[in-house]
Amino acid sequence: MDTNLIFTLCGVGLCGIGFFGFIYHRHLLRRLIAFNLIGNGTFLIMVGFAQRGQGVTDHVIQALVLTGIVVAVAATALGLVLIRRWFQLKGSTQLPEDDAS
Amino acid sequence: MNMILSPIPWLLVIPLAGAVLTMLVPYHWRSPASVVGIFTQLMASVVLWYQVTHYGPQFYAMADWQAPLGIALRADGLATLFILMSSLVASACAFYAHAYLSLQKRAHFWPLLWFLWASLNGIWLAADTFNLYVGLELLTFAAVGLVAFASDERSLEASIRYLYAALLGSMAYLLGVALLYGAQGTLSMDSLAETWHWGPTNQVAVTLILGGLLLKTAVFPLHTWLPPAHGGALTPVSALLSALVIKASFYILLRFWIEFQIYQFLPSLSQLLGALGAGAILWGGWMALRQTHLKMVVAYSTVAQIGYMTLMFPLLVAESSEASLLAYQGGILMLLAHAFAKAGMFLAAGNLIFCTGKPDLVSLAGMSRYRPLNIFAFGLAGVSLMGLPPSGGFNAKWLLLQSSFMSGQWWWIVVLLLGNLLSAAYVFRVFAYTYQETDALDTYKRPKLSLELIALGLSVGSILLGFISVWPLEMISLPGPVMEALP
Amino acid sequence: MNWFDWLPLAILMTSFMAATIIFMLPEQRHILRSTVNLGAACIKLILIVFLIQVVLKQQYPEIRLEVLPGLDLILRADSLAILFAGLSSVLWLFTTLYAIGYLENSPNRSRFFGYFSLCVASTMGISLAGNLFTFLIFYELLTLSTYPLVVHRGNAASIKAGRTYLIYTLSGGVVLLLGVASLYALGGDIAFGDIERTAALVGTWPELMTIIFILLIAGLGVKAAIFPFHGWLPTAMVAPAPVSALLHAVAVVKAGAFGIVRVVYDIYGIELSWQQGFLFPIAVLASFTILYGSWRALQQSDIKKRLAYSTVSQVSYILLGISIFGPLGTIGGLVHLLHQGLMKVTLFFCAGNFAETLGIHKIHELDGVGKRLPLTSAAFTVGALGMIGLPPVAGFISKWYLGMGALEANMEWVIFVLIGSSLLNAAYFLPVLKRIWFNPQQGQWPLEVINNNRDAIPLLLIPALVTASLSIAAGLFASSILSPLGWAELITLREYLR
Repeated sequence: MDTNLIFTLCGVGLCGIGFFGFIYHRHLLRRLIAFNLIGNGTFLIMVGFAQRGQGVTDHVIQALVLTGIVVAVAATALGLVLIRRWFQLKGSTQLPEDDAS
Repeated sequence: MNMILSPIPWLLVIPLAGAVLTMLVPYHWRSPASVVGIFTQLMASVVLWYQVTHYGPQFYAMADWQAPLGIALRADGLATLFILMSSLVASACAFYAHAYLSLQKRAHFWPLLWFLWASLNGIWLAADTFNLYVGLELLTFAAVGLVAFASDERSLEASIRYLYAALLGSMAYLLGVALLYGAQGTLSMDSLAETWHWGPTNQVAVTLILGGLLLKTAVFPLHTWLPPAHGGALTPVSALLSALVIKASFYILLRFWIEFQIYQFLPSLSQLLGALGAGAILWGGWMALRQTHLKMVVAYSTVAQIGYMTLMFPLLVAESSEASLLAYQGGILMLLAHAFAKAGMFLAAGNLIFCTGKPDLVSLAGMSRYRPLNIFAFGLAGVSLMGLPPSGGFNAKWLLLQSSFMSGQWWWIVVLLLGNLLSAAYVFRVFAYTYQETDALDTYKRPKLSLELIALGLSVGSILLGFISVWPLEMISLPGPVMEALP
Repeated sequence: MNWFDWLPLAILMTSFMAATIIFMLPEQRHILRSTVNLGAACIKLILIVFLIQVVLKQQYPEIRLEVLPGLDLILRADSLAILFAGLSSVLWLFTTLYAIGYLENSPNRSRFFGYFSLCVASTMGISLAGNLFTFLIFYELLTLSTYPLVVHRGNAASIKAGRTYLIYTLSGGVVLLLGVASLYALGGDIAFGDIERTAALVGTWPELMTIIFILLIAGLGVKAAIFPFHGWLPTAMVAPAPVSALLHAVAVVKAGAFGIVRVVYDIYGIELSWQQGFLFPIAVLASFTILYGSWRALQQSDIKKRLAYSTVSQVSYILLGISIFGPLGTIGGLVHLLHQGLMKVTLFFCAGNFAETLGIHKIHELDGVGKRLPLTSAAFTVGALGMIGLPPVAGFISKWYLGMGALEANMEWVIFVLIGSSLLNAAYFLPVLKRIWFNPQQGQWPLEVINNNRDAIPLLLIPALVTASLSIAAGLFASSILSPLGWAELITLREYLR
């Protein structure tokens, strides 16, 4: 079993857990964390690809993952701001249940 | 070509610089700085249009960093048309916002607008899948920020829903891109197209990418985040979102679909996409008919209109090049007409709501007497959305109809015509409210004339498109990666 | 390109410009608005006169614009186009005059006259369209611009009528669009008059072309108010009288009938339609609508409703003329397009005068009105006698030619339809005339607006008198080339007896 496959399997597993959490939970913070899990899973898969070339790592992938992490951090920050504001306004950590829309 | 001569870098640098600058300078300077920026954007778009029509597609590597690490940009006919579209519509919305918002609000509006604009241009011009991702994410952040900008509970809720849907969509997209890179070792759209092969990885990747983009485009049944976000935002923001933002993910979807010739390998998937489009047309139209708030009618109409654009996918068939070309032209024209019509309609709706001070349809009574110009603007946009002649929307539907005839897929004809009636029903329902005469006719506020004229200008644009359709169609038929990949 | 090629565009533009200016004008600028309105109507009439001279010399002005690859917007003036364009521009002038008088002191005139001009612009576009695509564009534009006129009063009844109107016309529009689009898919862009192309298509796909024919006629039949698509017409009667005049005489129903003329003569060709057996069903449908409309008219107690059902019946005379194979039938149908317009517009003007001057809406309220409003009543009488088909009013000419045409085409049964409908016409008009002239006045008038025993105000009276005189003149001077009959003969000679 090569490292690439381990990385990929772990990544897919993380994505799966994250996706489940994202769909299952209603608490906004939990969902945001779930999103971060999906992101990390994706990055892990990508890092896995970078290991393939017999000792030589692929710089493109590393650049991509770095960019991706920055974007994910920004997204998390934006999400947190919105959630905090929501909490201030409504005192709730959940969105109201979907009405028939 | 160096940085000074090519307009391509300017289309990215100016909005980004504008975003940073308008965050830093004092409030009073932000609007003048933005106006200068808007004009340079318009000029850069026109220069790009000139270059592309005269010298063919343009390529550019940011700061001479070559791919794969650098940011490679390309402008073919399709990209140029979208640049022009977004420049015109965004400028109109920007000027509208300038007149509509208070100084305080405006000051915070400009940075977000410029980020939005930068990411749109980045997406239109991107030559590789990863830049598309960055553009999509940046676009999401700017758009979510703009939705939350109305700063009431409803819009905050809408923006959180929007953010979550969009994040899920972009993650799926990123995962797909990563898988593609793993399979083919490249990010560039052109090299991906050259070395494309249908392995299992590619299939999973395409599924992820499609799913993510469909969610971000709000294709039925993944549309539930859209109406509250678009209907709840401030008026100029609603216009920007409906006219431009959803087009970005659709544009990426289109590029993938055609450039990698997905239509050729997955015909059943294209029928599925068409079915989703049909669902969007009927469901969106039906829901628009049932809304009690004016902006929600317009927002659900966007859901339906996305369906029309999605109908082009099943019509891109490998067997008939003529039908495919017609579908491609029809889809793009629909998108273009929708951009102008929907922006005009949202702005006109916003003006009406400003007049009455109430968002619901019932309080529109007597409006066609009090604000005839505004109702006219709303009506013209409605004509294009209903697909009645003469308008860009009609020409687009005509092309899609012809394509359906030619490829023998008659069932889409039924959908197109039913959709026609449904959209007429919800547009005229609004009209009927404005024609009602009630007793209290004197309690209205008067919007600035410039607000009404901008709305009218955009709506007239969608009508005018019905007379000059040949021109954008020639534009997208210029040689480029999309044209080469069409059957 | 000759100078006269710009004439069709100029004619279209006069109305569009008028509409734009009127929309821009503030509500209270009544005099300027009326000036613009009447000025545009007169300029248009002058341009039409120029156009007639050009067309008489067998030159056909044409202008095109490519709107989609391989598909042009064509404005072309042939003799048939002139027939309809001339009718609408003459009647527009008088309807505008009448509307100015009718809407005096009422609100929302800016909006009303703006859409009014837009409506006439679309009618001009319909008449001057050079292919089905252009026709379709203006046909839909007509729907859009008449809707605000129908709902103009803004009360619950007119909003409801507007909805009915839209449901009918937009559904018809969709059917028409389907027909036009399928025809284009089979044979590309077919200009009016290019019947050889269609003949070839019919040879290749006879069934498909039959279906397309049905789609086209059904789509157009909604506006032409053929049974069973006539329901919108009586409902739309809640609109102001000038709008009813416009819907019934000038624009909407005529647009449908004119479209059917175009499809039968200029797309499929009359001979082909006859060979394919398309004409007989139309003749049956038209005959049925004629009798049915008259029968329903007989049951109405409201003046405008009775006139509405009378329109349902009268417009089908045009279709009957089309469906009678032969030059005389064609002439009868075409000439009735004009005659019905003149007579019906007179009747609506008069109905409006009764309502505006004395508040009369029901037929039983008309007792003795002849002494009170002699001129209006005289004009009404002319229109009514014309509808029945008594000489020398124009309606007689139409019926005469239709009858002769039917005999020529061995369709004797049509004669019975004509006689039957004339009897029915007499049955629903003569009692009205008797009430007007011979019954004594019953008590007070419902709502006497104008006192001192005067007739309606001049702006309302003059248009009615002029159109009534024109209906008589069209009958008396039928042998002149510029009479409706003369022109219909010219069209038939030039275009359909090739």
